[in-house]
Parts: sequence; C-alpha cells; structure tokens
Amino acid sequence: MSLFRKGAVMEKASEGMADQLEKALRDSLPDDLTPEQVAALDPSRFEMAEYDDTLAEKTGYSSYSYWRSTFRAFWNNRLARFLLVALLLLIAFTIIQPHLPGQRPPAQIYDFDDGSVMRNLPPSHDFWFGTNAVGQDLWARVWSGTRTSLLIALIVAISDNVIGITIGILWGYVRKLDAFLTEVYNIIDNIPRTIILILISYILRPGMATMIISMCCVGWLGMARFIRNQILMIRDRDYNLASRCLGTSTGKIMIKNLLPYMVSVIMLQTALAIPSVISDEVFLTYCGLGMPKNIASLGNLVEEGRKMMMTSSRYQLIFPALVVTFITVSFYLIGNTFADASDPRNHV
Amino acid sequence: MAKYILKRFGAALLSLFIIITLIFCLLRLMPIEGYLGPNVDKLSEEVIAAKLAAKGLDKPVPVQLFNFYRNLARGDLGKSWIYRENVDIVKIIKPKIKISAKLGAMAMGLSLLIGIPLGAVMARSKGKWPDKLGTGFIVFLQAAPSAVYFLFIQMYATKGTGLPMLYNDSKPISWILPIISLALPSIANYGMWMRRYMVDQMNQDYVKLARAKGVSNKAVMMKHVFRNAFVPMVQTIPSSLLFTIMGSLYVESIYSVPGMGGLLIDVIQRQDNTMVQALVLIFASVGIIGLFLGDILMVLVDPRISLTGKEESR
Repeated sequence: MSLFRKGAVMEKASEGMADQLEKALRDSLPDDLTPEQVAALDPSRFEMAEYDDTLAEKTGYSSYSYWRSTFRAFWNNRLARFLLVALLLLIAFTIIQPHLPGQRPPAQIYDFDDGSVMRNLPPSHDFWFGTNAVGQDLWARVWSGTRTSLLIALIVAISDNVIGITIGILWGYVRKLDAFLTEVYNIIDNIPRTIILILISYILRPGMATMIISMCCVGWLGMARFIRNQILMIRDRDYNLASRCLGTSTGKIMIKNLLPYMVSVIMLQTALAIPSVISDEVFLTYCGLGMPKNIASLGNLVEEGRKMMMTSSRYQLIFPALVVTFITVSFYLIGNTFADASDPRNHV
Repeated sequence: MAKYILKRFGAALLSLFIIITLIFCLLRLMPIEGYLGPNVDKLSEEVIAAKLAAKGLDKPVPVQLFNFYRNLARGDLGKSWIYRENVDIVKIIKPKIKISAKLGAMAMGLSLLIGIPLGAVMARSKGKWPDKLGTGFIVFLQAAPSAVYFLFIQMYATKGTGLPMLYNDSKPISWILPIISLALPSIANYGMWMRRYMVDQMNQDYVKLARAKGVSNKAVMMKHVFRNAFVPMVQTIPSSLLFTIMGSLYVESIYSVPGMGGLLIDVIQRQDNTMVQALVLIFASVGIIGLFLGDILMVLVDPRISLTGKEESR
C-alpha cells in the first residue's frame, strides 16, 4: 500500500526535507556573530572533513508511512476527532447496555400496581426516556433499536462492498462484460433509488432480510462504477503491463496491484453507506414496508414517535430522532474527513 | 445534432421498455394475498379463480404483458382495485399531477434561487466563515435523514409560527411548509455542486490569466467562473424539475398533499397492486425522460461537448 503512495509523495517530501535542513542550518549558525562567540564555537566545526566512500554512498530516506500519515491528518481535524470518539463510545454503549445492571428488557410492558398499563409516561427518574404508547421503556427500546439499525447498516455496507467491488473489478477488467454491465448499470441507475427500494420491499414480505436485500440491490451501484472507472485508469499502467508480461494471473493482478489503490475510497463508501441505510430504513418504515412493529429499530421508533408528534408526548419522537441524527451526521463527517486524510497530497 | 438526439432517444426508449417489462414481471412474482387481500385463506378455490380471471391474472405472464402494452398504447393504465374500486387510474392521477406540479415548480424555483447563490458565495469565500457555515448547513441536510428533519420542521414551525399543519389547496398559506420542505434537500444539493464546480474552475489557468491581466475579482467570478460552473448544473435541472413535479413521496404524505407522491405511499399501504404498478412505472419513466432531456440540454448549452458520442478512453 504505502509503496504506491510513496512515489506520489516522495517529490513533495524531499522538497520539504531540503527546506527543513536549510532552516536547521540557518538556525544553528546565525550570520552575525561577535568575535567572542566565534571563539567560543566548537573547534571541530572548522576541521576539514575527510572523504569517506561509505558515507558518500549513504542515502537519506523519509520514514513515511501511508497509514500513519493518514491517521495523523485525520487526527488533526478536531471535529472529526471528537465525533469519532463520541461515536465509538455510543456504539460501545449500545453493545454493553443490556448487560449493565438495572436495565429493562425492551419488549416488556409495564403496569401500575392497580393493573393499568404505564402508557406515555414522560421521562422521569424511573424511566429515563419515558414510556411509549404500549407501556414499554423507551430508554431500553432506543438502545435496542440502535443496535438493530446499526446491525442492518453494517450488513448492508459490507454486502454493498463485496458486490460492488466484485462487479466493479469485473466490469473494469473484463472487456467482454463492459457493454453488458454498462447497460445493466444504466437501467438500474435510471430508476429513482426510492422507487427500487419500495418496489422490492413491496414484492417481498416485510422484514429484516427484505430490507437488507432491497438496499443491497441499489447500494452496490455507486461503488461498482467508481471501481470500474479507477480500474480503467490504472489497468494499463506500466507496472500492470509488466506484471502481465511476467505471467501474473489476472486474479493476482486485481488483488495485489489494483485493489490497494482503492482502499481509501472503499472506506469512504462504507462510512457513507451507513447513514444512507439508516435514512432508508426510517423512510421504508414510514411507507409501511419496514421491520415488524414488535422489533425495536430506529425506523420503527421514529415512526411511533411521529404519531405522538402533536401531543405532549413528543419526547417519543425527539429521543430517537436525536440518536438517528447524531449517528448519521457523525458517520458522514468522519467518512469525508477520512477520505480527505487518505489523499497523500494532504500529508506533507 | 439531430443524429445524436435520435440516438439518445432510441437508447432512452429501449431502457424504458426494459424497465417496464422488468417491473411488470417482478410484480407478478408477488404472493397471491397481494392481489386478493389478507382474507385469501377463507375463499374457496372457485372464487379465487373467478377473481383472478376477472382481473385477467389467470393468463400466462407474456399474454398479460402484451395486454398491458396494448392498453398502454391507448393511454390506459388499468383500473384501481382497492384505492377507488374500478376507477380508471388515469382519471385518479390527472388532478393529482397538477397539484404536485404546482408545489414542485415553486419548490424548484425557491431552491435554485437560494442554492445557486449559496454555492457561489461559499466558493468566493472559500475557507472563511460563510463557507464553513454553509458547509455545516449542507452536511447536515445531506447526512441527517430527511424523514427526521421534515418532521421537526412540521412540528416546530406549526407551533412557532401558527402556520397550518396540513395542506389545503384553497389556502396558499398552507403551501409554505411543504414547499420549504421540498426545497431544502435540493438547496443543499445545488449549493454543494455549485461550490465544487466553481472551486474547480477557480484553479484553472484561464482564471489565473484573467486575474493576471487585472480583471476585477467580481468580473472574474461572474463572467468566467460562474458561467462555466453553471454548465454541468444544467444537466441535472430537467430531471430535478420532473421529479419535484412528481412530488417528494415523504413530504406530500406527511402534509397530506393530495399529490402523486403521497398517492404512492397510500396505495402501497392499502396494497392496491395496479395502482402501485402504474405509479412505479410513471416514476421510473420520469427518471429516464429527465436524464434524456438533461443530456440534450447539456449539448445545447455547452458547444464544447462533441455530438458524435463519448469516446471511450481505453
């Protein structure tokens, strides 16, 4: 990985190094020294250096590491750094939340002592986020819903990557498939994304699997096209020609020569897939094509809250909405900052 | 020129044909309850067969497809089953298109009026606070689910300003919130692309030359950068115009606008298959027509684009 990037950066890096060296020399020896200061200088500075064969052969190198520079550039962005830490804490919390003491199960319905159900209780010491219209604990449901939605988002993001990269590589590399895949891409891309989502969710039975399938059907497009364009650009560069002449198999060229170029973009697409999956889930749930109502997911929670929007129980919309907004905006910003940071031009 | 348009038209027509066929066949894959409602278990076999025959669903799929195309050629999209039983779909849709078009055109105008200057101002002050403020605004609109912030607009705007919460065709004041909601995502979109294209243009040599000649900053921006940056924007305008006319599904639905977008969600929730089929086909066709018009417009606006088709770089 770092090898490929290195070439692009070396020039700039060496420029920077020369500048630094000059500056260090200037700083160590100012021009206007008084005679006393000159006398105080180390006499070894004025001795003739001896010519040394081995020293003349010594070459300088920068200890440039692609990933270290990428992370440093990323870490320099204060907002992204803050969001990354906050997001990691939130994800960690959603994972350990059910194992913490004093947490309630998300599906349990709570009754008062006289047997009536605790419906729409406002947030209190007992129920931190209040209870919903059925009498369930909203705090537990929000975190359980976040878990479900993040799981869906993760599965879709990974499948998008696998499908998108596979098709993209074939599309760019195998010339016979180019016309066919271009046509398939155009046809799917011509239909609005939401229409495809709705159509597929409508045809299949609603549920988690349906949702994942429908999102995968549209999600791979962007990735595949990007990979294809990149491959068309770099496939015939000299080092690939050389590999081919030396008899490297196509599969090995793809994985070893082409794929490393695209790591940063793949990371970006993955980070951006997550907010869009969560948005789509909220939207599909609104259309009545989402997850079954008894499973807590962010889409279901927002939809339940929407029905309470104009009553005094609007906290049922606000809490899930805040979590959704935080997760989507953070992933979006982190993804974009990381993409900027992974561009070697921003490293020096 | 004519040859290019003809070729592009042929391609659009072909993909339209493929998409219609594909969607039609996909909808035939639905389980049988999708056609006869949830009480299918209680019906006897003969009743089911009779109901299917009445709807022409007992024939093999190719025959159904052929019948569908024959009716389509006559401008007949079929009849609604559940939404308004046995009413022609064309009749249901016609008044709804007008409402969606009215709101959509206004939202489009608003988003162009705000989005393009927003992008231009951001590009001019690149790296300074107007740019940062605008970027924050755009990032939020793009990243946060619109399904969530539309709800907040509806909730707080109706409480704060006393604007009516639901759409009423005879009261223009109730149009304000749906139009703002429809416009917001496109404002973010236009602003983002306008800024990006302008920043790209600002780094070009001809801009440096103009500056070196001593052309004022304002003139460079207006005469050179803005004009050139606007060309790629032109391509997206027909499709976004057509799409706003179709109405945003979600906005129309939450404000109960009796338009096309709200209709689609309505018929999905009621499982009216012929209506879903007709609307999905219309939406998909609009996508293709928009892209086609965008390509044509782009050629008309920018003389540098070659008419002989793109040379594939291999």
